[in-house]
Amino acid sequence: MKFLLGLQNKQRKLFEKGGKLERLYPLFEAGDTFLFTPDHVTRGASHVRDAIDLKRMMSIVVVGLAPCMLMAMYNTGYQAHLAIAAGAAPLANWRTAMMQAMGLAFDPNSVLACFAHGALYYVPVYIVTLVAGGLFEALFAVVRKHDINEGFLVTSALFPLTLPATIPLWQVALGIIFGVVVGKEVFGGTGMNIFNPALTARAFLYFAYPAQISGDKVWIAAETAAGADGYSGATWLAVLKDQGMAGINDPSLGGRTPVDWWSAFLGFEPGSMGETSALFCLIGAAVLIATGVGSWRTMLGCLVGSAAMVVVFNVVAFAGWSENAYYAVPLYWHWVIGGFAFAAVFMATDPVSSPFTETGKFIYGCCIGLLGILIREVNPAYPGSWMLVILFMNMFAPLIDHYLVRANIKRRMVRYAA
Amino acid sequence: MLEHYLNILVKAIFIENMALAFFLGMCPFLNSSKKVDTAVGLGTAVVFVLTLTVPLNAFVYKFLLAEGALAWIHPSFATLDLSFLSFLTFIGSIAAAVQLVEMTMDRYFPKLYVALGVFLPLITVNCAILGAALFMVQRDYTIAESAVYGLGCGIGWALAIIGLAAIREKMHYSNVPPGLRGLGITFITAGLMAIGFMSFSGIQL
Repeated sequence: MKFLLGLQNKQRKLFEKGGKLERLYPLFEAGDTFLFTPDHVTRGASHVRDAIDLKRMMSIVVVGLAPCMLMAMYNTGYQAHLAIAAGAAPLANWRTAMMQAMGLAFDPNSVLACFAHGALYYVPVYIVTLVAGGLFEALFAVVRKHDINEGFLVTSALFPLTLPATIPLWQVALGIIFGVVVGKEVFGGTGMNIFNPALTARAFLYFAYPAQISGDKVWIAAETAAGADGYSGATWLAVLKDQGMAGINDPSLGGRTPVDWWSAFLGFEPGSMGETSALFCLIGAAVLIATGVGSWRTMLGCLVGSAAMVVVFNVVAFAGWSENAYYAVPLYWHWVIGGFAFAAVFMATDPVSSPFTETGKFIYGCCIGLLGILIREVNPAYPGSWMLVILFMNMFAPLIDHYLVRANIKRRMVRYAA
Repeated sequence: MLEHYLNILVKAIFIENMALAFFLGMCPFLNSSKKVDTAVGLGTAVVFVLTLTVPLNAFVYKFLLAEGALAWIHPSFATLDLSFLSFLTFIGSIAAAVQLVEMTMDRYFPKLYVALGVFLPLITVNCAILGAALFMVQRDYTIAESAVYGLGCGIGWALAIIGLAAIREKMHYSNVPPGLRGLGITFITAGLMAIGFMSFSGIQL
């Protein structure tokens, strides 16, 4: 570390004002802050209770995401191997060739093989995100003379997890560039954006390339079209949507192997790479809440809102007002299936695009829960509603803040007038 | 029956939002959205005028303009089709209605009148108002349906402009690139808002 610090300080002259590489200062600064700041040490009696800053906040989110990333790799490989074991052919691409070159079999029971196969899908997507998004982040930083921010680390960690394994890499690059430039940089960079950049990127891909990313068919990294009965069907969400609980309990209806709640909770289901596992999202939630980085009010709001809406739909179903079997699906299924857990823990709690007031965060979470379940239940076009709903609520976060702040001012005026 | 009207309302507010799905009424949407209070005032005025003028225009169209509408005067008018006059007539009736509303409000609700200020007369030329009247014709709504439709369009438009105004107030603290400040970034924001509203598109009611 000392050696690195010495090296870094030697290079500093080159990048500072008047130095040869002055224009590239943000790049130097990024390396410097990532490794060495905050380097201020208080002398004498200390005043600062906690030196938490943007960098540490963002790093903690990435730490919270780590379990989901591992799960993304394992599950991608696991689902692919399950399909292959059921008779699907491996995709004819370089990843399959790599697997064969490494001498790994497509075996769902081998943890190592699953990890390796999944990593061959996840890691390139992640690298493309980092490189393409980072390039534009750096470009803006150099031109606008601001620092490269750790905020991008979170965006780039979130974004690949919301994508299907089979997405073409050029779409990944296009999406993250749109998210970084239009979602964040044109608003002035980290902390000044209105919409969550990762969600902006995801929504952009969603509407621009619906064929690859719409979410009604399963995303499994294997040739599912031919031969693999039970693996060319719809996602669990779509099964629930069409047949309700009957589709889950009776595999002959849903056209796939029976599905149980525990594997949905643990995340052994097909879906976007990182959002399948409610368990690992819970671990992430624990990290975020314990460190105070993610707001527990927002997460609680999401739970309360979705619970209220599911109860309404359940009442409608059991009272017999609607024939739609999907309305009868109970709450504990809604919480583990699809992207709910991931969205509530990692997307909704984004401190920049959610309201700043504490009451506002709770209201915001409730609205996300209500609208998310509503759209999931009634909108056939979007089985995975959460990302869009959070984007929708991002739009109203400033309004929630505005009125809460105003109410607060009014209350205090009254208090001090008395 | 109630469900039918509720569907029209929800559809007009969220799925076919005037400002963010059809991009109608853009001039006041972009111009008067600098402050939340102004946006609330304008939004209220639009709700008010739309709820009034869409059914009024439905009435005018059904009994004067549509093909065969004049048959109630004399059976020989049954072949008459005056629908080519819709644009002119609708704008005229909107202007007249706005004037009447203004006078009534000035007389009986002076507080609201002062709050809405110049926005009320300006609304006459808001294309969202005319747009709603024309959609009403296209979709063949009855007078009651068009009243609900007008209300929904108004609420949807108001929601969009109030949301945009709050975003723009927050953006005072954003370091937007100089070339994009003002209308540029507002257009981009409106576009991103439209993506958000697209989460409702496709809902079948």
